[in-house]
Amino acid sequence: MRVIKQLLQNKTSLTGLVFIALFGLTALLAPFLAKPQNPQDSYKMPQASYEIEPMHPSQTHLFGTTENQYDLYYGVIWGARLAFKISLIVVFFAVIIGVLIGGLAGYKGGIIDEVLMRLTDIVFAVPSMVLAMVIAALLGRGMLNMLLALTVVAWPSYARLIRGEVLKIKELDYVASARAMGAGGLHIFFRHIFPNALSPLIIMAGLDMGYIVLTASSLSFLGLGVPAGTADWGQLVALSRNWILGTYGNPFAYWYTLIFPGGALVLFVLSWNLLGDGLRDILDPKSNIR
Amino acid sequence: MLKFILRRLIALPLVLLGVSFFLFLLSSNLPPETRAALYVKDAKQLSSLQEVIDKYDLNAPVLVQYGRWLGKIVKGDLGYSESAGMPVSQAIKSYFPATAQLAVVTIILVLFFGLLFGILAAINKGKFIDKILRFISLSGFSLPLFVLGLILLMIFYGKYHLFSPGEYSLSADLIINGPGFKNYTGFSLIDALLNLNFYVFFDVLNHLVLPALTLCFGSFALQMQVMRSSLIEELSKDYITAARARGLSETRVILNHAVRNALIPALTLASIQFIRLLGGTVIVETVFDYNGLGRFGVECARQLDIAGILGFSLVVAFLFVFGNLVADILYRVCDPRIRLK
Repeated sequence: MRVIKQLLQNKTSLTGLVFIALFGLTALLAPFLAKPQNPQDSYKMPQASYEIEPMHPSQTHLFGTTENQYDLYYGVIWGARLAFKISLIVVFFAVIIGVLIGGLAGYKGGIIDEVLMRLTDIVFAVPSMVLAMVIAALLGRGMLNMLLALTVVAWPSYARLIRGEVLKIKELDYVASARAMGAGGLHIFFRHIFPNALSPLIIMAGLDMGYIVLTASSLSFLGLGVPAGTADWGQLVALSRNWILGTYGNPFAYWYTLIFPGGALVLFVLSWNLLGDGLRDILDPKSNIR
Repeated sequence: MLKFILRRLIALPLVLLGVSFFLFLLSSNLPPETRAALYVKDAKQLSSLQEVIDKYDLNAPVLVQYGRWLGKIVKGDLGYSESAGMPVSQAIKSYFPATAQLAVVTIILVLFFGLLFGILAAINKGKFIDKILRFISLSGFSLPLFVLGLILLMIFYGKYHLFSPGEYSLSADLIINGPGFKNYTGFSLIDALLNLNFYVFFDVLNHLVLPALTLCFGSFALQMQVMRSSLIEELSKDYITAARARGLSETRVILNHAVRNALIPALTLASIQFIRLLGGTVIVETVFDYNGLGRFGVECARQLDIAGILGFSLVVAFLFVFGNLVADILYRVCDPRIRLK
């Protein structure tokens, strides 16, 4: 409760929270804000026609259309839903894998620790964007493969974090006394160690939400993420690429193809970073020197 | 210290071995026809696919295949890249200089803005300037580089025709690949100077501006935050109070005493960032059609050019791991407190 109160008092995190709430509302209400046109897959953007040239914003197309006549309003709205879907799924699995592996490594120590931590070394040996790109390419373009690639890149940070916390906490007196009273390993880990490692975990997850969407849309921008025609901000930005020069005498003629999806992406990532920044101030006492 | 370096040097090939095995394992689910390119040297051999598949037994167990592939890799033979139309090792050699040039220009910009803003934020801690700079650094973390790059192109290429995408213009391309221009190093900036061709030099430099600025925006924020917090820490120490008590001017206290000591973590970070830039500016190079290593990697990934993908990621991993080690050693050498431990 104290944390929530402080979050609302902190201007930075409040701004972030408000925007995240707006995005969340958009994502939840997507079927009402923009009626799905494709009964099989609501994330598929409707195409107005088969012309290539984008159309300006109008009554029928609020944000205009982009290359190949995909409706930008539909794409931005459903893109918000997709962004939450991607980041929640990836963070969820990354946290679970990270907590299990990091917890095991820190608690058991020895050879298990050594082997598990070398696994994280392997993932950290390649820049995450490059690794995600390579995995996505080798597995083939598609939603599931992209989620897999993002999770593979994301879990080691959690594992290292949890391992460090476990190493720190397991030496404390109250853990020793719990052990003396005969508590089992699992009980000690989930009852005594894990709750104390929770706040750095939450900060990391909060900062990761935006970052994962950033990586996912980068993959889609490169053409290695979601399938063509999916309402994804990164893909919409990629579609705007041929139109940034505008027409003769009007260099910004197709501004809407870039600014609407690009702006949504920027705002989404920024608001998670604002929230994460505020969370760090509140939950991490050491950051008071900031 | 020596023990530390030795331990890390031993770990380095192990990590690379792990990376190579992981990627090879992932690629092994692709059909043998796709994987054949890993084992050949030119396109001619690929025309008789079945021969290659039989010769290298591409249906053998993964571990056997991995061992055979590793043997070739160690000799520097990374296979044939279909998307680049040349052997992978040759492709990497020819694309690397462009990326290195971009990385050098970028890191100079990152250091300039990162340190300047970091120092400004630290000495104005908690004031208005600090808050503005903190917001700017947050947006540096949040702005996707492909969005920023496209906006910059829209403005400076579309409207003002100041800068254009690509590595150099068509006319410079004709000169570079024409007679009378000697390729001494492969680095177009240095070659242009050695040939005393200033037209090419400024043309290349001009094409570097937008991608370097975009990359800089993605990296300076971290540099600034590190500089800020390390300077704040230095400024709170006793020797600073002593320097002030001796009557030194505030500028001298900050620049000659505090900044000098606060630079260590900032420079360590800069070396890591530099390696990162060397190994994969995949997004920015793609946005600006800049013919470097990163764009090569993206093209390979798009066309499922498997030899290119594996070769590219191995080179990036090598640069990355090696660079981190160098940065770690530098950090220990620079900081006497760690060195003496």
